[in-house]
Amino acid sequence: MIRFDNVCKRYPGGHEALNNVSFHLPRGEMAYLTGHSGAGKSTLLKLIALIERPSRGNLVLDGVNLGSVRNHKIPYIRRNIGIIFQNHHLLYDRTVFDNVALPLIIAGYQHREIGKRVRASLDQVGLLNKEKAAPITLSGGEQQRVGIARAIVHKPGLLLADEPTGNLDPELSREIMELFARFNQVGVSVLIASHDLDLIKQMGNPVVSLSQGQLVHNGLEQTAHG
Amino acid sequence: MAKIESNQVAKNSPFKAWLTNHARTLISSLGAMTRQPASSFMTTAVIAIALALPSGLFVLLNNASHISVGWDNSAQISIFLKTSVSEKDAQKLMGKFRLYEDIESVSMINKDQALNEFKKISGFGSALEALGGNPLPHVITIQPVVDSTRPDKIRHLLKQLNKQKEVKLAQLDLQWVQRLFAMLEIAQRGIWVIASLLGVAVLLVVGNTIRLDIQNRREEIEVTKLIGGTDAFIRRPFLYTGLWYGISGGVLAWVLTVLSISLLDGAVEHLASLYNSGFQLQGLSGSEAFSLIGFSCLLGLFGSWIAVGRHLSEIEPS
Repeated sequence: MIRFDNVCKRYPGGHEALNNVSFHLPRGEMAYLTGHSGAGKSTLLKLIALIERPSRGNLVLDGVNLGSVRNHKIPYIRRNIGIIFQNHHLLYDRTVFDNVALPLIIAGYQHREIGKRVRASLDQVGLLNKEKAAPITLSGGEQQRVGIARAIVHKPGLLLADEPTGNLDPELSREIMELFARFNQVGVSVLIASHDLDLIKQMGNPVVSLSQGQLVHNGLEQTAHG
Repeated sequence: MAKIESNQVAKNSPFKAWLTNHARTLISSLGAMTRQPASSFMTTAVIAIALALPSGLFVLLNNASHISVGWDNSAQISIFLKTSVSEKDAQKLMGKFRLYEDIESVSMINKDQALNEFKKISGFGSALEALGGNPLPHVITIQPVVDSTRPDKIRHLLKQLNKQKEVKLAQLDLQWVQRLFAMLEIAQRGIWVIASLLGVAVLLVVGNTIRLDIQNRREEIEVTKLIGGTDAFIRRPFLYTGLWYGISGGVLAWVLTVLSISLLDGAVEHLASLYNSGFQLQGLSGSEAFSLIGFSCLLGLFGSWIAVGRHLSEIEPS
């Protein structure tokens, strides 16, 4: 699904965020990305979501080399990725339903289909009764789950999450991670950046660790070759 | 990847999706405007006033040229024939003039008729009788077709008339007609200058409103880009908002123009009655109202286009 091949990312000004990173996340696999803040986790996710471009090396997503994708093609690549942010990035001027429906509206789904899928998606995160609520009235954990519902509503092949449990207490964090595991069980590839090492250990998925822009541990190696 | 395939089935065809998206955006952008009635109304009102001013002036100018058409009746050409020309020849000449395109009507003052009238009015009857013959020539009077856009046409006609061998002198008080046309033209150009300046003002107003709108919705734009919204998708609501401002501003401008004209109407009628004239103010015609609103739509769309082009590309998710 995702293949990093000696990828470097150098920001203007000389800061090297990623240095010769290589790993492969197979389709249908779920992995964690760990490291201290500033280790390059966010940069790595941004490269996959085409928010940033690699300075060197090859990054292939679902058979497409992201280094050579033209700007006007970016939206169509992003439509096969569900992105979950630490700070939810919900739109507070509309209801939970409308927030979750956004990816479907962008992709041009039929009206009836949108209602069905949004409810199915909200049901999966346990917020079916909140569809008419304003996001601001929800708790932090509920808002995060709305964000997850939005990320999965269009059934993307890949889920990216950047510190999805950053602001949540351990119990809620675990719930969220188990939610991701459930999506993974139905075939979605998942890559989660997190520094919650205890929780990651409990979940038991492969771990990729970064430190100062370099790959220091690649738990995917066995899966990739096995 | 059976999942992805089932996605395709539930989706509209690209064209239908595109159409649905447009319809959805058309309605939702109007909805967004009505949710902020005060600020939307103010923007609309600024556009309307900026457009109502030149269109009001245009109506007044139009009416001025209507009045001047009334005056054009006095733009009469008198043709004094040579005294040697007989009445029969004069009739023949009249027939010839009637065929001219530039001549609206022709009539003749017979020299006997003229003499009788002159005798009666002047009181020089006996003195004229002493002359023996009739010293007056036949006179043909012509009503030229007045084309306010081609004042030189009358001069050309006059030249032609003077060339006729039967004609001693054809004359027209051309100067005042020319002066009037010149004045109307200056007024017309003045209105165009004002209209263009105010048109630019409308562009700036719409552009600035849309720019603020883009800034306010920065978060939404970033999220939409991250979820896979194309530039066209993100651009669309802003363009439609501009279009709605154009439409509402145009309609309000039309209403303002109609109201101002009706305010003037009573006073103008009173003035006209003092001149024994049945003159009435003409408002905007249907097609003129339509072009006013259409022009306003274009300005709204173009203004938002400029703002969107300048400011939307600056927003990228980070």
